[in-house]
Amino acid sequence: MTKKFTEDHEWVALDGDVATVGITSYATEQLGDIVYVELPDTGRTIAAKDEVCVVESVKAASEVYAPVSGEITEANEALADNPSLVNDAAETEGWFFKMKLSDAGELDGLMDDAAYAEFVKGLG
Amino acid sequence: MDLMENTTLRKTPLHDLHLALGGKMVPFAGYDMPVQYPMGIMKEHLHTRAKAGLFDVSHMGQAVLKVPSGGSLEERHTAVAGLLERLTPGDFQNLKPGAMRYTLLLNERGGIMDDLMVTRPAAEEEQGALILVVNAATKDADFAHIENALGGEADLQIITDHALLALQGPKAVDVFAAICPDAKALTFMTSARVTVNGTPCFVTRSGYTGEDGYEISVPSDKAESLARQLLDHEDVEPIGLGARDSLRLEAGLCLYGHDIDANTTPVTASLKWAISKRRREEGGFPGDDIILAQLKDGVPRQRVGILPLGRAPAREGTIIEDTNCHQIGIVTSGGFGPSVGGPIAMGYIDTAYAEVGTDLVLIIRGKEQPAKVASLPFVQQNYYRG
Repeated sequence: MTKKFTEDHEWVALDGDVATVGITSYATEQLGDIVYVELPDTGRTIAAKDEVCVVESVKAASEVYAPVSGEITEANEALADNPSLVNDAAETEGWFFKMKLSDAGELDGLMDDAAYAEFVKGLG
Repeated sequence: MDLMENTTLRKTPLHDLHLALGGKMVPFAGYDMPVQYPMGIMKEHLHTRAKAGLFDVSHMGQAVLKVPSGGSLEERHTAVAGLLERLTPGDFQNLKPGAMRYTLLLNERGGIMDDLMVTRPAAEEEQGALILVVNAATKDADFAHIENALGGEADLQIITDHALLALQGPKAVDVFAAICPDAKALTFMTSARVTVNGTPCFVTRSGYTGEDGYEISVPSDKAESLARQLLDHEDVEPIGLGARDSLRLEAGLCLYGHDIDANTTPVTASLKWAISKRRREEGGFPGDDIILAQLKDGVPRQRVGILPLGRAPAREGTIIEDTNCHQIGIVTSGGFGPSVGGPIAMGYIDTAYAEVGTDLVLIIRGKEQPAKVASLPFVQQNYYRG
């Protein structure tokens, strides 16, 4: 399984030809308690950097961008009733949506684990 | 021009403590203030409603409006009250010694320049003075306005050597009375000069959360030790501006610059209760012709509570429609209410739709979301009235 990260703090994990997308633990620490996640409709075709979700904390709303291009195949319905899953398990059960990639090569442009850790460190 | 000069944030006397407590600092009204501590906004909010929260509100403006000595105690009070009544729609003549009142600084169009707390000190030697607490973002303009309007007849002393702490929540009384026994007998919206650890402080039983609690004006150099002493109590946690905002929104209290501003009047803002009976009869406040006409004839729009029926919070600026797609208003404060367990909001809508229970539609990111007009506050007020 390949897991990559964006500078906007999304993660994307590729397993076969299905990619799972969420936001990183670092992002949830910055956002604080998450109270609502607006998920994308399945079947929607998205391009990398498109706004696909909105995550809301008590204080504010933040956009979540598509890390890569493709088609949404599933949204994490568990977040509708329990948005705090994102705080509790950002990079596992707190995933946002699954997608079929249109160009797996786009993943090469993203950061791996070590590079993302370094990137976050640089944010201070 | 040195732009850095303009962007330098001011610090309250508790700034070092905020950093030591792990506060996440943000710019607010020109001050570097904690939006939250490691506990997080949600838990800070719930902790305040369950036990007690300590807030640094030292960024707010504190001042004393005073008339020259002379005359009887009551004459002196009547004089200073009469002066403040020229700028506000409240009745300060009948304010009892020690009592506190919420009021509004009005412009010539009846628009709200700020909302503020006014206290008549209890002590005989302080008669002829009123203590004002105004919003941080507007304090310079407020004080300039008061000085300009009343400067010839009264002296406005701006208090810059005192911090202001708020201790809020059901445990606030037990926590504070343990170090300040005199605070226990105070009722909601009353004040006293007290001594805490040998330091003279001015305390009011008031706040901005809907809970029982105190605001404590303490000399700046004693503020951190008092804050640490209160925080040492197991029931007290530090609370940031994030939870302060969600607490006041649940309590239905206005945030200046958002829910009220120079283009809203006490009538459109649904703050008619702040226009006292005698002032309605006599007028004599800025914009009185406009406001008295609004009281008589009604207003086209007004502030209401809004309860979104879905899970999505409706933030400030969200368009409100009727069920036939006509825009009828806008949200001025909105977010998630941790004690309500869902989204809550306030906003202005056409008066025809202002009745509690009316169906509304909120346009959130282009999607229609159902909502209803709700009565304010969203949570029960737990003030101590004796």
